[in-house]
Amino acid sequence: MLTCCSKPWLSGGNNLDNVVISIRDAVVSYREDVALQGISLEVKQGEFIGIIGPNGAGKTTLLTVINGLGKLVQGQALVLGLPVNKRNSIKLRKRIGYVAQVENIDPRLPINVRETVMVGHYGHLGLLHQLTRAHRESVDKALDMVGIAHLSQRPIGHLSGGEYQRAAIARALVQQPDIFLLDEPTASIDEQAQWEILKLIQLIHSERHMTTLFVTHDLRILPSICQRLILMKEGKIWQEGSPDLMLTEKVLSQLYDAPMSISGKPEIMPAEVSSRQKHGNLAEEDIC
Amino acid sequence: MDLSILQYQFMQNAIIAGLCGGITCSIVGVFVVIMHLSFIGICIAHAAFAGALLGVWLGFNPIAGALAFSLAAAAGIGPMADRGELNPDTSIGIIFSLMLGLAFLFMGLMPGSRTEALSLFWGSILTTTRQDLLFLLALTIILIILVVLFYKEIQAVICHRQVALAVGIPSTLIFYCLLLATGLTITASLRSIGGLLIYCLILNPAAAAYQLTYSLKRMLLIAAVFGVSACWVGLAASYLADIPSGASIVITSCIIFGLATAFSPKRKVKRWQQVQQPD
Repeated sequence: MLTCCSKPWLSGGNNLDNVVISIRDAVVSYREDVALQGISLEVKQGEFIGIIGPNGAGKTTLLTVINGLGKLVQGQALVLGLPVNKRNSIKLRKRIGYVAQVENIDPRLPINVRETVMVGHYGHLGLLHQLTRAHRESVDKALDMVGIAHLSQRPIGHLSGGEYQRAAIARALVQQPDIFLLDEPTASIDEQAQWEILKLIQLIHSERHMTTLFVTHDLRILPSICQRLILMKEGKIWQEGSPDLMLTEKVLSQLYDAPMSISGKPEIMPAEVSSRQKHGNLAEEDIC
Repeated sequence: MDLSILQYQFMQNAIIAGLCGGITCSIVGVFVVIMHLSFIGICIAHAAFAGALLGVWLGFNPIAGALAFSLAAAAGIGPMADRGELNPDTSIGIIFSLMLGLAFLFMGLMPGSRTEALSLFWGSILTTTRQDLLFLLALTIILIILVVLFYKEIQAVICHRQVALAVGIPSTLIFYCLLLATGLTITASLRSIGGLLIYCLILNPAAAAYQLTYSLKRMLLIAAVFGVSACWVGLAASYLADIPSGASIVITSCIIFGLATAFSPKRKVKRWQQVQQPD
């Protein structure tokens, strides 16, 4: 069971000196297409980074380089102090929570929500080890926290897009990850569910002191949720900086090669207030 | 009903072969049905058949040939499908056509009578030998133990393979092991059920169980019950109606699938009254 003490950087509060992700000249190629063209990036512990860009810019590929699912043809990546390679990839993935885009699930799949969330424990547990009562309780707490405890016995294929993403977030949480990778977690779901999920992500990030990389097309929420914004285009990091500097009509229009504006810029309400009221408090020791 | 037939060794062997074959085929069937890889079963079955024919032609144990070919096919399909250079259906189709071609080639090159070759094609549960039975029994026990030991990983890989990979489960290794288990099961059941019909016994009981439950544990149990029932009912029908046993087993499994689909709770639309009054 991990506690605060097992993560030394937590004791010092928001210590941003530790570099947890360091990528140098990364090139990823899918046969004839070069998805990443020599990207370099450093991410410090505790940062919340937004990644935006047009389709095909390499955003998802960048996330897969970090969790070892993507293969570098050139360059190197160091994540949590380990070189990302075949030998370390399984070890790293156990420490990285990954929430992918909403996928089509067979509605008849014989696995329920609770079992799906339990999968988050399996990597750490290893082969031949069985779940303990503490593991099961942590799954129940994670389900409670993301607000789908009442759906725990429902087949996973029967969830809506928003509910499925909550289950995916709960699964990532029970992993006790050091890094949280979110690949368009709010795509293809309704606006209300989008806001609820974003509030949840913000709450988790702030209370768990995780390092979060968040790929999105929803530009409205970025100013209030991100500390740094990475703009990707054609497999490269085109620009990066604070959301205030990056989210201007001029920069975005150049990024997307089309006239762009951000309407409204709605703020996410303080996550602690709404989510604690709705889902209960979230503490480091809650999910283990 | 005259049950004196049960006193005979060949019938006792057939009943045990039906029990073991029904269980093993159904278990691997659950894996391939959930992963939507049913065509893999056909492919590996034909590979086993081709290997067995090579054994018959060259005069070595056909089961050894079936084992080598089915494991080679299983070992080839996984990486070909995973590398993504070809669509999984295409890579399986290519191996399938190669195995089919080899099977016909070996049969064509075979001198003299082809009775043994044809018996591998159709299978005969009534001629199961003690050696075949021991192989099948050992495989059944090993497969059940492995499924119990690695249940959580198997469930994660067959239901959410990409997620399993992302949380640090060695999902590729487990996926390949499932393919190898499919190859072994087909080889062990080849002489009893036959290269042509084995695929039906893998697919039908698992597909029938898939219609009835949302629990993987229950699905494995139901599929095993259906598989064994298909074998035993088919065997009885074969004896009573004097028809080929392999064919009657497969037809029984199809009837089970039809009934399961007809009465599947997954196909029922919830009445609005039930929606109004949730339990």
